[in-house]
Amino acid sequence: MLRKLFLTSVMALAGLGLAAPVLAQDGPLRIEITDGVIEPMPFAIAQFHDEGGAGEYLQQVQSLIAADLTGTGLFREIPASAHIARPESFDAPVSYEDWKAINAQALITGAVRVEGGKVIVKFRLFDVFAGQPLGDGMQFDAATGNWRRAAHKAADQVYSRLTGEGPYFDSRVAFVQESGPKDARRKRIGIMDYDGANVKWLTDDSTLVLKPRFSPDGSRLLYTSYATGFPQAMVMDVNTLATRSLGSAQQGTMSFSPRFSPDGRWIVYSLEKNGNTDIYQMDAATGAQRALTNAPSIETSPSYSPDGRQIVFESDRSGTPQLYIMGANGGEPKRISFGEGRYGTPVWSPRGDMIAFTRQVSGKFHIGVMRTDGSEEKMLTESFLDEGPTWAPNGRVVMFTRVTPGGDGEPRLHSVDITGRNMRPVKINGAASDPDWGPLLP
Amino acid sequence: MDRVMKTFIKIAAVGAVFALAACARPMPDAQVQDPYAGAGGAGGVGSTALPGTAEYFKTAVGDTVLFAVDQSTLSPEGRVILANQAGWLNQNQGFSAVIEGHADEQGTREYNLALGARRANSVQEYLISQGVPPGRLRTVSYGKERPLAICSTEECYSKNRRAVTVVSPGAGM
Repeated sequence: MLRKLFLTSVMALAGLGLAAPVLAQDGPLRIEITDGVIEPMPFAIAQFHDEGGAGEYLQQVQSLIAADLTGTGLFREIPASAHIARPESFDAPVSYEDWKAINAQALITGAVRVEGGKVIVKFRLFDVFAGQPLGDGMQFDAATGNWRRAAHKAADQVYSRLTGEGPYFDSRVAFVQESGPKDARRKRIGIMDYDGANVKWLTDDSTLVLKPRFSPDGSRLLYTSYATGFPQAMVMDVNTLATRSLGSAQQGTMSFSPRFSPDGRWIVYSLEKNGNTDIYQMDAATGAQRALTNAPSIETSPSYSPDGRQIVFESDRSGTPQLYIMGANGGEPKRISFGEGRYGTPVWSPRGDMIAFTRQVSGKFHIGVMRTDGSEEKMLTESFLDEGPTWAPNGRVVMFTRVTPGGDGEPRLHSVDITGRNMRPVKINGAASDPDWGPLLP
Repeated sequence: MDRVMKTFIKIAAVGAVFALAACARPMPDAQVQDPYAGAGGAGGVGSTALPGTAEYFKTAVGDTVLFAVDQSTLSPEGRVILANQAGWLNQNQGFSAVIEGHADEQGTREYNLALGARRANSVQEYLISQGVPPGRLRTVSYGKERPLAICSTEECYSKNRRAVTVVSPGAGM
């Protein structure tokens, strides 16, 4: 487990008023994730201090905090070689002038020690041009094997204070690893840190598996398996790896695309009977099922709003696949996508403000976002084949699958922020698809 | 019967036919001929699956029908193939069939699963309309997971938008 505590010796939250000149006009130092932001905010990390037995963790923690921040595309690290100030200890006064001189807008100081099998990370954040701390210093500790989580937690604090957005670095992603030729792909479900570290395999590749999706607390995964020879929605305990069928498909039917409601009480999924696919809902505790749609068209890819009251899904009832919203108990759906081409795999942002989706138009695929009423539609990506967005816990970044064309084409995971900037591949070995971003870890 | 066993039997059968042929027509002493020369041509030994086998269904009857983009409607050519499939299934009542529905890689994974199911169902309904008992038929969709042709052009896509009827011994399921 990871614990955090506020450092008591630190001054109160930075007041309003004097602020960094370049990136914020008023109030505390702040960079906003908007279309207008082009220049990353320069920041410096003063060399962290070893407060006892930190060893290799000292540099690793510091580097990971920097990597988390620069990986957002919102921040640029000023290299240590440019630093003037060399603080003698974690509690030494900050020489703001030295950091101003190299144009560091934000300064992070920190210390690491190892004690009783734990890595203990302390940090403080400063608004250099305001000449004051930005929030309280904090401390995180984690078992040495989980040192990355302590670093992610510290970086999450910095990110949140500088952007005003929720944290997301300390989170995990479930995905499908793909191997073998395109006409005989083998797939297995893996789980990794958001940045591709700490990959663990949850299934072997003897059975075709698709689309893992976390429970709200991250303890279970829903997915689709061909273990019986026919697609079936399954649930797996992430820790024990115990699996069971949801029992959603009877003989001669197929169930797939399962997803939890935000409170974990319900599971929505697609059920195919006699060639027709509709959306069904299951009580996760009792297994009781009922249909939410009843149409001769294809209804699939359901995703709940964060308040659990609505479901967005795709349907080809109009002739092409489009996005619709209905109440959590079904009822008449309202169409929200009206652009050219085909829309699919809608996913409601955990912040509730947007829906991410796949759009196929003019021979290209896009990951896009729109408001929940369909307005302000915006394409974030374009390629031969992009599909299946999943939201970071803070609703400001999406991860998706990008497939390259051709007989040797392969899927890879990429992420992009909601302004369409900072597209980058997720660093994992091998081909991968179907990411599902889990919750922020406690 | 698994694939290895089938292959073994096929090879054994071909071998036996060849051995018989060799016995029936002893080679002249003076001439040494390559027994494989011309194999597959006019002078070679052909092999054809026997009509009551899964291999015959696949190669002679035709196990695959193709579909247009996003469609699950059967084409006239498809109906002819399915009529032949139904005829074979009605003659070979010891077999049951799983109809696999497939899609090309254009389209999302989930939509393609549903689309593959629609295609498999079209085939199933047609076979039933031709007198095949529903209890001998089952469908499965692979969506875009199992392409037959792997290029990323219409030439391959048109082969991947398919339903394949896979027969196996066993009367029902």
